[in-house]
Amino acid sequence: MKILVCITHVPDTTSRISFTNGDTEFDKSGVQYIIGPYDDYALARAVELKEQSGGTITVLNVGTAETEPTIRKALAIGADEAIRVNAEPTDSLFVANEIANVAKDAGYDLILMGRESIDFNGGMVHGMVGELLGLPSVSPVMTLDLDGDTAKMTREIEGGKETIEVKLPFVAGCQEPIAEWKIPNMRGIMSARTKPLNVVEPSSQAAATKLEKYEMPPAKGEVKMIDADNVEELVNLLKNEAKVI
Amino acid sequence: MSDKSNNHFAGKKAANDFFESPDFYVVDDLLTEEHLLIRASIRDFVKKEITPYVEQWCQDAYFPYDIVKKFGEIGAFGPTVPEQYGGGGLDYISYGLIMQEIERGDSGMRSTASVQGSLVMYPIYKFGSEEQRNKYLPKLASGEWLGCFGLTEPDHGSNPSGMLTNFKDMGDHYLLNGAKMWISNSPKADVAVVWAKNEEGRIHGLIVERGMEGFSTPETHNKWSLRASCTGELVFDNVKVPKENLLPNKSGLGAPLMCLDSARYGIAWGAIGAAMDCYDSARRYAAERIQFNKPIASFQLTQKKLSEMLTEITKAQLLNWKLGKMMDEGKATTAQISMAKRNSVHTALTIAREARQIHGGMGITGEYPIMRHMMNLESVITYEGTHDIHLLILGADITGIPAFS
Ligand SMILES: Cc1cc2nc3c(=O)[nH]c(=O)nc-3n(C[C@H](O)[C@H](O)[C@H](O)COP(=O)(O)OP(=O)(O)OC[C@H]3O[C@@H](n4cnc5c(N)ncnc54)[C@H](O)[C@@H]3O)c2cc1C
Repeated sequence: MKILVCITHVPDTTSRISFTNGDTEFDKSGVQYIIGPYDDYALARAVELKEQSGGTITVLNVGTAETEPTIRKALAIGADEAIRVNAEPTDSLFVANEIANVAKDAGYDLILMGRESIDFNGGMVHGMVGELLGLPSVSPVMTLDLDGDTAKMTREIEGGKETIEVKLPFVAGCQEPIAEWKIPNMRGIMSARTKPLNVVEPSSQAAATKLEKYEMPPAKGEVKMIDADNVEELVNLLKNEAKVI
Repeated sequence: MSDKSNNHFAGKKAANDFFESPDFYVVDDLLTEEHLLIRASIRDFVKKEITPYVEQWCQDAYFPYDIVKKFGEIGAFGPTVPEQYGGGGLDYISYGLIMQEIERGDSGMRSTASVQGSLVMYPIYKFGSEEQRNKYLPKLASGEWLGCFGLTEPDHGSNPSGMLTNFKDMGDHYLLNGAKMWISNSPKADVAVVWAKNEEGRIHGLIVERGMEGFSTPETHNKWSLRASCTGELVFDNVKVPKENLLPNKSGLGAPLMCLDSARYGIAWGAIGAAMDCYDSARRYAAERIQFNKPIASFQLTQKKLSEMLTEITKAQLLNWKLGKMMDEGKATTAQISMAKRNSVHTALTIAREARQIHGGMGITGEYPIMRHMMNLESVITYEGTHDIHLLILGADITGIPAFS
């Protein structure tokens, strides 16, 4: 079994977000980076599948050299080798093209990633990779079990769950509770030192989008608490202050 | 496991643990990428396995035995012992960071880990035979076995050279008699590294295993400190110890003192972990608690407390880091380690007391970690050489005149 896990390198969920350079760049100063939480679930499940049925796990990140500590952590968690496509991950199509380019002749049985990154939250890369490789792509996957060359999965759908079976190989965008996040242990961290991390240059695809400007979402307004018994006051405020009724 | 003990895992989770370590002088620049990953991993482990439960464990004076296996899995036991014996093969800065993060959670949990690593695995690795290393180290590293270290006796604490525990050569075995007191992990330990005198009065280390006839480990109850760590006695009543259980490669008081050097180094880092937790909690509380229509953080007296805490933590971080480098080079002296252990624990205790005041009445409750750290640190300032004994070690180093006796 050959598993490819694609990981993003994203700001920690508690980071303070701000922009520089006339709001055209994300301000990275003081920001801690982590493996994308959904990618981390995908990786954790890959490690479990490997424990059950053997095989190898390759982690792939499209990113510049600064993502290497994040990749090293994935190796410490249990991946066997890593590939870094040396490029700024500008947009979903660009990243999907690079992933497909690495994966096309490598014969992976499973290509796992998070259902979305948590920086731009595009949630498109798995679909695009599937399309580019001519493979089925499923997301968001909540459970994944293998039976020979078939995978049984549950997917979150509006108001419920869908159980599906797909033949290998395929692409999956994962989310909880597919597996519990794994904390690297000291032995894993030691062994990650010597695992291969290969850097490859990107194919010559240019990004299809150009970034104009970042903007913060509007700040949350103040909240007024009104006693549950005081409906009159609520109606009054909605009518005369908020002017919505 | 009884229902009661199950509750310790199912029970109410403590308030979310948002801990972040202060790094005012960007000491992180002195750490490698791997050190940072080690620290982050142990911090995640502590937030998952320790801080949600430790308040209840301490309230109930309950030692969570399951943590032993978990420490083994994460690699908290004997991180500096070579990998071939199940250790981590890591450097001393890594060891320090591991102890800092665990003690940030709880000093009792750190005691469990540092006794196993520095006081049980270390002497077996350093002074043991190849057979002893292979027999004990992998099982201790994985947490399959728990170990303890018996040096202190009821009448010989600061002065271990006066110990009475002794063994006689009976031809095909040794006969061990005596008693040890204040031994961390003893009630649950599978193996004990015990320091005892031979017929010539020379101190040797012996590995005593649970189940040997005449060996018992009564628990010490009613502690107000390190309540999540178990402490007890070791009683030897004509225990027949196989000859192959004697640690062959070093004897004399220097042998246990070398173990203490390694453990004290871990405490120097660990206590600063506890200090960081108190500081972090105090800083957050001060920003949120409103009195006289202002956050208490806006008052100069609160700011003075916080400023002094951060200053002392920063000084200790740099002291510990440099000591770690000297440990890695094999150059750290006992007196240098004494300075760091003493400084860190005193710093931590002072910070705990100041932080407790910042938390006002809330500071005495289990809603915040402060009082627990403060009570724990009262043991940490006494064990592994008391606060005053470390002064005397430094004094002897400075003047060349030992003032112990
Ligand atoms: C929770 C806990 C866990 C422990 N775990 C272990 C363990 O795992 N293994 C182990 O072997 N031991 C352990 N200890 C024992 C610990 O190391 C001793 O308590 C410590 O060495 C002090 O000994 P004592 O309690 O007999 O105090 P004493 O030696 O009686 O000291 C009492 C006071 O006298 C002072 N004093 C003593 N001599 C001098 C002197 N010459 N000059 C000036 N002042 C002096 C001391 O500084 C102290 O303030 C533990 C202790 C505690 C509390």
